[in-house]
Amino acid sequence: MNLTLHVWRQSGPKAPGKLEQYEAKNVSPDQSFLEMLDEVNEHLIKEGKDPIAFDHDCREGICGMCSQVINGVPHGGQERTTVCQLHMRRFNDGDTIYIEPWRALAFPIQKDLIVDRNALEKIMQAGGYTSCHTGGVADGNAILVPKQDADYAMDAAECIGCGACVAACPNGSAMLYTSAKVAQLAALPQGQAEAAERVCAMTEAMQEAGFGNCSNHYECMAACPKGINVKFIAKLNREYQKALFK
Amino acid sequence: MILDGKCPKGPIQTSWDRHRFDLKLVNPANKRKYKVLVVGTGLAGGAAAASLGELGYNVEAFCYQDSARRAHSIAAQGGINAAKNYPNDGDSIYRLFYDTIKGGDFRAREADVWRLAQVSNNIIDQCVAQGVPFARDYAGYLDNRSFGGAQVSRTFYARGQTGQQLLLGAYSALSRQVKAGTVKLFARTEMLDLVVVDGEAKGITVRDLITGEIRTHVGDAVVLATGGYVNVFYLSTNAMGCSVTANWRAHKKGAFFANPCYTQIHPTCIPQSGDHQSKLTLMSESLRNDGRCWAPKKKGDNRHPNDIPEEERDYYLERKYPSFGNLAPRDIASRAAKEQCDDGRGVGPGGRGVNLDFSAAIKRVGEHTIRERYGNLFEMYEKITDENAYKQPMRMYPAPHYSMGGLWVDYNCESNVPGLFVLGEANFSVHGANRLGASALMQGLADGYFVIPYTIANYLAKTKPGTVSADHPECKKSVEDVKAYNNRLLNINGKKTVSEFHRELGKIMWENVGMARSEESLKDAIKRIPVLREEFWQNVKVTGKGEELNQQLENAGRVADFLEFGELMAKDALHRNESCGGHFRVEHQMPDGEAKRDDENYCYVGAWEFKGVDKEPELHKEPLTFENVHLAVRSYK
Repeated sequence: MNLTLHVWRQSGPKAPGKLEQYEAKNVSPDQSFLEMLDEVNEHLIKEGKDPIAFDHDCREGICGMCSQVINGVPHGGQERTTVCQLHMRRFNDGDTIYIEPWRALAFPIQKDLIVDRNALEKIMQAGGYTSCHTGGVADGNAILVPKQDADYAMDAAECIGCGACVAACPNGSAMLYTSAKVAQLAALPQGQAEAAERVCAMTEAMQEAGFGNCSNHYECMAACPKGINVKFIAKLNREYQKALFK
Repeated sequence: MILDGKCPKGPIQTSWDRHRFDLKLVNPANKRKYKVLVVGTGLAGGAAAASLGELGYNVEAFCYQDSARRAHSIAAQGGINAAKNYPNDGDSIYRLFYDTIKGGDFRAREADVWRLAQVSNNIIDQCVAQGVPFARDYAGYLDNRSFGGAQVSRTFYARGQTGQQLLLGAYSALSRQVKAGTVKLFARTEMLDLVVVDGEAKGITVRDLITGEIRTHVGDAVVLATGGYVNVFYLSTNAMGCSVTANWRAHKKGAFFANPCYTQIHPTCIPQSGDHQSKLTLMSESLRNDGRCWAPKKKGDNRHPNDIPEEERDYYLERKYPSFGNLAPRDIASRAAKEQCDDGRGVGPGGRGVNLDFSAAIKRVGEHTIRERYGNLFEMYEKITDENAYKQPMRMYPAPHYSMGGLWVDYNCESNVPGLFVLGEANFSVHGANRLGASALMQGLADGYFVIPYTIANYLAKTKPGTVSADHPECKKSVEDVKAYNNRLLNINGKKTVSEFHRELGKIMWENVGMARSEESLKDAIKRIPVLREEFWQNVKVTGKGEELNQQLENAGRVADFLEFGELMAKDALHRNESCGGHFRVEHQMPDGEAKRDDENYCYVGAWEFKGVDKEPELHKEPLTFENVHLAVRSYK
C-alpha cells in the first residue's frame, strides 16, 4: 500500500518545528509501523536528507522507549499496543497519517519525535522503591502475599513508563504513571512501612516536575499500552489522604 | 599464554564462602573516596550500581537509553531460576549447579557455576523485598514453573514479564541511590572507549547522545555490564541498540574476548515475515511447558495445521527426547526444528517454521488457565502475525537470542585488564557453550547484587583512589581518537546506508556462522567479512554532524564494530574444531545428529587478544577442569 505521512520535524529543543510531508510507498501489511518509518528514513538518507529521529529500542512492546502520537492518539490507538507493535495491516492504502511527538509541558522535545522524559525519573527517584539494602532480607516465603494482592500489584507493575498517559491527558498529568507504582507497593507487605512517605514524596515530585492534575478524563487508560486501570488513581488519592492523617 | 581463572581450591561447596573471607575489604570511611564507573543498567549493571552505591562508593552509571529502566533485560519473559526447592521436587544447589554445567555442555568453570547456584536463593529473597510481584499461590507462597534442561520446577516468574519486573526492582534500588546521591546517572550516553593508564582501567570515553559531546569520565575501576552481541546477525531478539561496541572497544584496549563463537539460537521465535523486518520476536520458553512442538510427517504438507490429523503429525521433540520431551535445552530444540525444516517438513512462508501447539493443553486445563499463564504472549503473537494461537498452533523458528561468549574474566569477574570488571551477558563465565532458560536473569542479578560488591573491594583495597584526572594525557588521547573515528565515519559520504551494511553482514553471519557451521562456511565468512568492512569504510553514508543528536552516527559506530567482531567470531568457530552446545560444526556430530565434543583437545576457554584490525588475533587458553561433575556425553533422551 501507499501512504502519505505528515511528520513533525524539529531540529532541536529550541528550534521551531513543523509538519513535513513524505510518501511511504509499497508498504507491506506485515510491516510494523517503525519498520515503515525505517524505510522512509532509508530513502531520506539516500537523498542526503536528515532522517526522522524517533525513539525505539526493544521493538517488542516492553521497553517503553517508543513514543509517537499517530493521528492524534499516543501509540496509534490500537488497544494495549505500543507503536513498535502496531502493524501496517491496521491501515489502508491511500491513508494519510499524522505523526507527532508526545506533547506535554513536562516533556520538552529534543529532536523530531524524541522527547525528554526525565521528569518521570524524578517521580521514581522521589520514592518509587522499598528501602531495602542488598542482602540481609527475609526468605521469599517468610512473608506471605495472598494471590489476589500479588495479582493486583502485578496489574499495576506492568507499567512500562512510556509516558503515553501524559501525552493523552488534556492536563498533561502523570497520575496514572505515579499511581501504578504507589498502588503496586501499597498492595504488598514489603511496601507498607514507607507507604505514607512514599505517596507524599512521589506526589510532590510529580507536581514539581510540571505535570498537571487528574480531572477524570480517563484518556490515559485508553492510551496505555499495558491497559493500566484508572482505579489505581483512586488508590493513589486514597493513599494520599491516608498519609495526611498520619 | 595459559590463563588462570583464579578459582578457589578445595571443596567446591565452601569455595565462595572461603573466597569471600580471603578477599580484601575497603573500610566504610574509605569507600566514598573511590569512584566506580558502571556501564549498562540492565540486571547486572543496575544491580551493581545500586549495590555499590548502597555500600558507599561513588558510582557513575551510564546507559544509552533515555532511562535506566529500558535496558534489554526488560524483555526477558519466562522466569528466573533458583535452587529454593520450594516444590519439594528434589532440587538443590548441587542440582542447579549440575544442570547448568551439563546444559552448557561442559564448557564453563565449575567454581563460577557453583557460586551462581548458591546465590540464586538470595536473589529471590532480594527481589521479593524490593516488591517484585512474583506469581503466588492462593495461600501466598511463591509459585514455580518448569523450564528447559531441568527436571525440577525451579523457575520463579511474574506472568510473562519476569525480566521487566526484576529490572524494575533493580531500577528502583538504583533510583533510591540516585536520590541518596551515591549514584550519578548518565542516560543517553554511550561508551566509545576504555581509558587504560599504566595497564589499569581508569576511565571511559563517552558520547552524549543528545549534544554529541565526547568526554572522558575517570574512576578507580570500570564495570562493564553491556550485554551481548547477537545483533551481529542483524536479525535477532535483541533490542535495536544492543551492540558489541563497549566490549569491542575494551577488547581493542587489551581485554581478551572469550569464546565468541558460543551464541544461542533460541528455538521459539516468530518466523521472519519479509525482508523489511528489523528484528525478531521471542516467545518465551515457558510456552514449552504446555505447547507441543510438531511438524507434519509428510513433506510439503501445506494443509492448515488444524486439518492435519494426529497420526500425521511428528511430535519430534517427544519422539527424540522422551525423558525431557518439549523441555529439551535450547540448542537441541533449535537444531531439531531446523532439521524438520531442512527435511522439507517446515510450515508457513518458505517452509521455515514448526508448530507449537496448545490444543492438548487447552483441552486438559481449559483456555482460561492457558490465558492466565501466557495471555500476554498470545496477545503479542497475534499482533505480529494476525493469528489466534488459542485456535491454531503458533508458528516458530529459531533466532539468535543470547551470547554465552564475552570478555574473559577470572573468578572475581575481573578481566585481564586490572580494574576492568565485566558482568552479566557481557562476560563469558557461567553458561559454557549453551545457556539454560531462566539462567540469564539469575546470572545478571547474581553478578550485580552478590558478586561484584565483594570482589571489587579486593581490587580497590590495593588501589590508591583518584590517581587519574580527566586531563591525563591518556584521557585526552582517547577523546581525540574517538572524535577522529567519528569524523572518519561522517566524512565517507558514500552510497549505501548503515542498515544495508548491517543487513549484509547479518546474512553472511547467519548463513555461515549460524546454527550449523562447517570449515567451508567459516572460511567463506572469514574471506567475505573483511571485504564488506573495506567497502563500509569506502562507501557508507552517514548523514548529519557529530555535535548533535545523530542516530545514524550511533548506529554506524556499532555496525563498524560488528564488522570487526564478526570476523573474530568466525575465526573462533573455525578454530574450535568440535561441536559443543550452541556451537555446532557439521563435521562433528554423533550418528544421531547430536553435538560431538572433543574433550581431549578443546576442553578450554579460548580467549583472544586483539592485535590490530586485519591482523591475526592471538589465542590464549584457560584449561577447564572438572572435579565435581563427571565429563560425559550430554543426553536428554
